[in-house]
Amino acid sequence: MAHPTQLGFQDAASPVMEELLHFHDHALMIVFLISTLVLYIIIAMVSTKLTNKYILDSQEIEIVWTILPAVILVLIALPSLRILYLMDEINDPHLTIKAMGHQWYWSYEYTDYEDLGFDSYMVPTQDLAPGQFRLLETDHRMVVPMESPIRILVSAEDVLHSWAVPSLGMKMDAVPGRLNQTAFIASRPGLFYGQCSEICGANHSFMPIVVEAVPLEHFENWSSLMLEDA
Amino acid sequence: MADVIEDKIKNYRTAPFDARFPNTNQTRNCFQNYLDFHRCNKALSSKGQDSSPCEWYQRVYKSLCPMSWVEKWDGQIEDGSFPGKV
Repeated sequence: MAHPTQLGFQDAASPVMEELLHFHDHALMIVFLISTLVLYIIIAMVSTKLTNKYILDSQEIEIVWTILPAVILVLIALPSLRILYLMDEINDPHLTIKAMGHQWYWSYEYTDYEDLGFDSYMVPTQDLAPGQFRLLETDHRMVVPMESPIRILVSAEDVLHSWAVPSLGMKMDAVPGRLNQTAFIASRPGLFYGQCSEICGANHSFMPIVVEAVPLEHFENWSSLMLEDA
Repeated sequence: MADVIEDKIKNYRTAPFDARFPNTNQTRNCFQNYLDFHRCNKALSSKGQDSSPCEWYQRVYKSLCPMSWVEKWDGQIEDGSFPGKV
């Protein structure tokens, strides 16, 4: 989850997010290098008393500052496309979960075997237990087995919503009448928080998402318990 | 042939990748399997054959389709107002 004064991304919880994190480091480093160079040149130009009124052209520098940016762009594009294609790989999911957006809560459906469905409302601030996170906790979490490829189908029952979990590198719009597919693997057990990412009315800021990644047996126990309770 | 299908249904985990629907929008995948299940049932029962192979389509649409969509379509089929051709 996010923490106060955070500048960078949340810790990655899926392989794709790790790749995105490293790519961002790479691209941002290039941006910083170029900005530093430009800033240096600006300061150097502004703070000198020397002038030269007789330069007309220079083929060499023109060639350098055309070829070099092209090379830099290629160095950015190649890792970017690699990740794009990685995200598009055909994966063979072990589990399908449907995340349906409502005003103003999410509901999750696990219907591969039995019909398990439940709603997930935000825990109001006055009902939080010590140590829980304000505006992020929910009464029921979306429990998933860790280290398994999982398909999430996102849709909505009323207006546009968006299902987002930053530490898994996921965001998918929830459109009524449409079923949007996304997939992830949780690399480690833990709690991964997200919030609705498409304006959907008065309580848009108060319909968070919590993904709980657990070992497979815990997931099986949890789903049996949930089915009994339903 | 029937054994192959029976095996596939027995070892069913979740809806597999369907090359007809490779992209993000899986709406048609859900609807197509729903249609295929009902068409399969109708075709096999009208010939008096065992309709257990149709269970594959049912497992797939149950995995993919939101429960509210399935309830609505089931209601429409009962009413006779279902828009798809079964």
